[in-house]
Amino acid sequence: MPRKTPSNAEMLKGTLDMMILRTLQSGDAHGHTIAKVIERTSEDVLEVEQGSLYPALHRLEDRGWLSAYWGASENNRKAKFYRLTATGKKQLTRESNRWRQMARAIALVMGEKTPSRRGDL
Amino acid sequence: MSWLRFFRRRKQDADLQQEMDSYLREEISENISRGLSPGEARRQAQLKFGSSIKVREGLWQQNSFQLLDTTIRNLKFAIRTLRRSPGFATVAILIMALAIGSNTAMFTVVRGVLLNPLPYHAPEQLFALYEHQATHPDSNPYNVVDAGSIPLWQSAAQDLAELSTASPFQGYSVSAESGKLPERIEAGWCSYNFFSTLGVVPVVGRFFAESDDRPDAQATVILANAFWKRRYASDPSIVGKEIWLNSKPYTVIGILPSDFFYSGGYGGSTIQVWTPLTHEAPPQLLTAFDDHEFTVVARLRPGATFASLVTRLTTVQEHIKADHPGPAVHDAVGGRTLLDDIVDDYKTSLYTIFAATGCVLLIACLNVASLLVARTAARAKELAIRAALGGDRLQLLLERVTESFLLSLTGGAIGLFLAWAALRWLIHARHDITRVETLHFDSTVALFAISAIFLCTIFSGLISALGANSRRITESLQDSSRSNTAGQSRAGLRKLLLVLEVSLTVVLLVGAGLLLKSFQRLRNTSLGIPAAENVLAMYISIPEARYQTPVQQTAFFEQLINGVRTIPGVDSAGLVSSAPGRGWGGDRLLSVVEHPPLPKGLDLQVRGADPGYFSAIQIPFTSGRTFRQDERLDRANVVVINNAAAKLCFPDEDPIGRHLKIGMTSTTFEIIGVVGDTRWSISQLPEPTLYWPIYGNGYTGATLVLRSSHNVSALAIPVQKLVGQMDPDLPVSNIATLQETIVKSTLGSQFDSILILTFAIIALILAAAGLYGVLAYLVTQRTPELGIRMTLGAQQTQVLRLVLLDGLRPAIVGLFLGLVASAAVVRLVKSMLYQTEPLDPVVFFAVSLILILVAAAACVIPAWRASRLDPVSSLRAD
Repeated sequence: MPRKTPSNAEMLKGTLDMMILRTLQSGDAHGHTIAKVIERTSEDVLEVEQGSLYPALHRLEDRGWLSAYWGASENNRKAKFYRLTATGKKQLTRESNRWRQMARAIALVMGEKTPSRRGDL
Repeated sequence: MSWLRFFRRRKQDADLQQEMDSYLREEISENISRGLSPGEARRQAQLKFGSSIKVREGLWQQNSFQLLDTTIRNLKFAIRTLRRSPGFATVAILIMALAIGSNTAMFTVVRGVLLNPLPYHAPEQLFALYEHQATHPDSNPYNVVDAGSIPLWQSAAQDLAELSTASPFQGYSVSAESGKLPERIEAGWCSYNFFSTLGVVPVVGRFFAESDDRPDAQATVILANAFWKRRYASDPSIVGKEIWLNSKPYTVIGILPSDFFYSGGYGGSTIQVWTPLTHEAPPQLLTAFDDHEFTVVARLRPGATFASLVTRLTTVQEHIKADHPGPAVHDAVGGRTLLDDIVDDYKTSLYTIFAATGCVLLIACLNVASLLVARTAARAKELAIRAALGGDRLQLLLERVTESFLLSLTGGAIGLFLAWAALRWLIHARHDITRVETLHFDSTVALFAISAIFLCTIFSGLISALGANSRRITESLQDSSRSNTAGQSRAGLRKLLLVLEVSLTVVLLVGAGLLLKSFQRLRNTSLGIPAAENVLAMYISIPEARYQTPVQQTAFFEQLINGVRTIPGVDSAGLVSSAPGRGWGGDRLLSVVEHPPLPKGLDLQVRGADPGYFSAIQIPFTSGRTFRQDERLDRANVVVINNAAAKLCFPDEDPIGRHLKIGMTSTTFEIIGVVGDTRWSISQLPEPTLYWPIYGNGYTGATLVLRSSHNVSALAIPVQKLVGQMDPDLPVSNIATLQETIVKSTLGSQFDSILILTFAIIALILAAAGLYGVLAYLVTQRTPELGIRMTLGAQQTQVLRLVLLDGLRPAIVGLFLGLVASAAVVRLVKSMLYQTEPLDPVVFFAVSLILILVAAAACVIPAWRASRLDPVSSLRAD
């Protein structure tokens, strides 16, 4: 059986976690919204698979970075909403700093123009 | 992953399902709003979503402890498989229960009796010292010590060890006091430092001081805890009061702790009171070098070694021998740790039984492994299919081990209960074993049982797993019954297990056979008198304080024996210092006046007897006569010797009329009769013995023997009443028929032989069952092959022989190996055997015969079944 080419969905776990946290910074959301926001913001480059999304959500909840509650979705359906906790916010700051350093370092190595310092996410 | 999630996995899973459902619906409604038809919208959403089951499984696993989960699953699986074959499960569990139970019990006993440190301070520094003759290498190396040597030892070894001494062979009559009955108690004399050397502390009062251990000191006594509890109701105010021993007052100064016991190589566990040695012992005994009455306990000083102590003392003893060249003076010193000294009597026997239970455990494991292998073989196809479908090999192995773990665990739990029951029984049946009453289950025993369970699990599980060769999955799948090598390799493994089982069984059977033969010999041995069950014996001792002169003493005993003879039912009665079978009655060195003196001297057992003793107990006269009534007191210088003594002292002449010079006395004794031999212990050969009149040779204690044709035990009460009438202070002790004494002294031998026999029989049954199982399995496997043979014209007898030989081969190989192993190990039990050679050909032959017969019986059913096969249907089988 030919091995599936590693899709962008198989992104590093830490990256997905970070993006979920980032998405929730602008407000509580349920799984579908989170996936959609990541897809759209990335201009449909990143596609979030359920196989990664739910384990990631549970993992983050376990670590206390997210809290979950049942609520009504935009379409008035019962849905599980996730909220960023205080420790989750701290974690997000830590991770985005780390990510920026990493991205810059990789860009330097690859010989590209240093990303603008003021460019934010 | 958290515990919380682990326990709420089910709820979480439901939540997740709901969450994903809502996701899907969002996606569908989004697709519809993009203009897709509802059906297409759902399809697209599901396509994008992928398998929701997989997500759930992933999260479920994320929320599980992997190991715990598989273990629980394996356990459930094992329980289900075992439930499907309850017969197999029951048999395997029972086998395991028996094996683990007996081993746990024996471990408890060996540890409690043989290994646990003694209840003394720093017991590893304590040693028991003995003497022997370096010139007689075959003599007992652990002879008791003479009192004369001990002070010389003490001063020579001052810097190496503290030496203390005791004589645990004494006894007192406790007088009747405030409503209590008089009784005869065992006692020990000890040096003042005996208890401090052992390192024990009194519960009440104090132990002896140096000032108590003098001839002119006030009489003092220390009570054993049990005696204090029994006779004085643990009343602490008894300390400081007087009790009457041998009609003399003794002040109680201290009470021993309840866990104290002293029981060296020469007994002592039944001692009720301790008195100071120098105050009690006759002065001439304390200075004698040739009268051995003492045990010595040494506590090494820090830095000293036992070897250096023995070397130092041997030099001292050699000097003593040079200064006192008497034949009975020893010239060498030896010893052993106090623990060895105390447990020596039971060491071989307990270790042998432990080894036997170990064998049973091994056989049980082999048998359960064999059963598991058989089941694996029967499930070969199932396992192969599972392996082919991607079943994890480790998973399959784990299943097997889990199954054997379940069997061992359940067996172990039942086994622990069996062990507890066995221990209760042992404490009851063998209270003669030192420290047996201290046996109990504790954490170490629990640890042992758990280890045994795990050992069985691993052992039987892995062996059976080895049998399931998972590398040959495809072969196994292709393996139809038409290929006649079917299951050959698995049967091969089982045959190997069988060979081992049979060899172990043979070793056990040989051991049991030897012990049984030895016990049989012991029981059939005669003490030297007819109908020992009709002879009742009891001991009576009179205090010198009240019966001071030999005339008074003699008068008492004569009045007693005359009274006893008039009791209705008494056929005959006599007096002797120590009756046959009731222990070492004392010995003396002597010489024959008419012969030149021998360098070694002549050592004879000495007994006092009244004129009627020989006819009463029915010891036949070879020649000569018994004592006359007037041969007593001053005229008591006549002796009767037994045949062994006549053979020893007068090999080719008539002993009648010859004279003996006994010990240090100047009196000579004329031999007036020769009588038959008797034994002082049932397990010892008759010793050369001389009898002299009990009236007048300083006897203050005597064994009364009486014969009655029926129910002789009932005569004890009238005799006790008679004694009570004569002197209410006199206790009558040690009341038992001679047959009861024989039974009691052969208890150990009986116990060992019956236990080992039981284990051997269990092993035999297990081996037979194993043999039957393997053969029955083989016959099933070979049914088509046998069918072909029979179709091609093989006769029933040929098939029978074929199968029978196939089954008997492992039995015969096992028998051979077992016999060789037995020949190597029986030497270890030599000390337990009485008049039986370790390589007894009869036993070896009988064991071989029994094993072959049992093996043949186990094989004959499957073989017969094979020979009765219907060729046609057997060809169609499978």
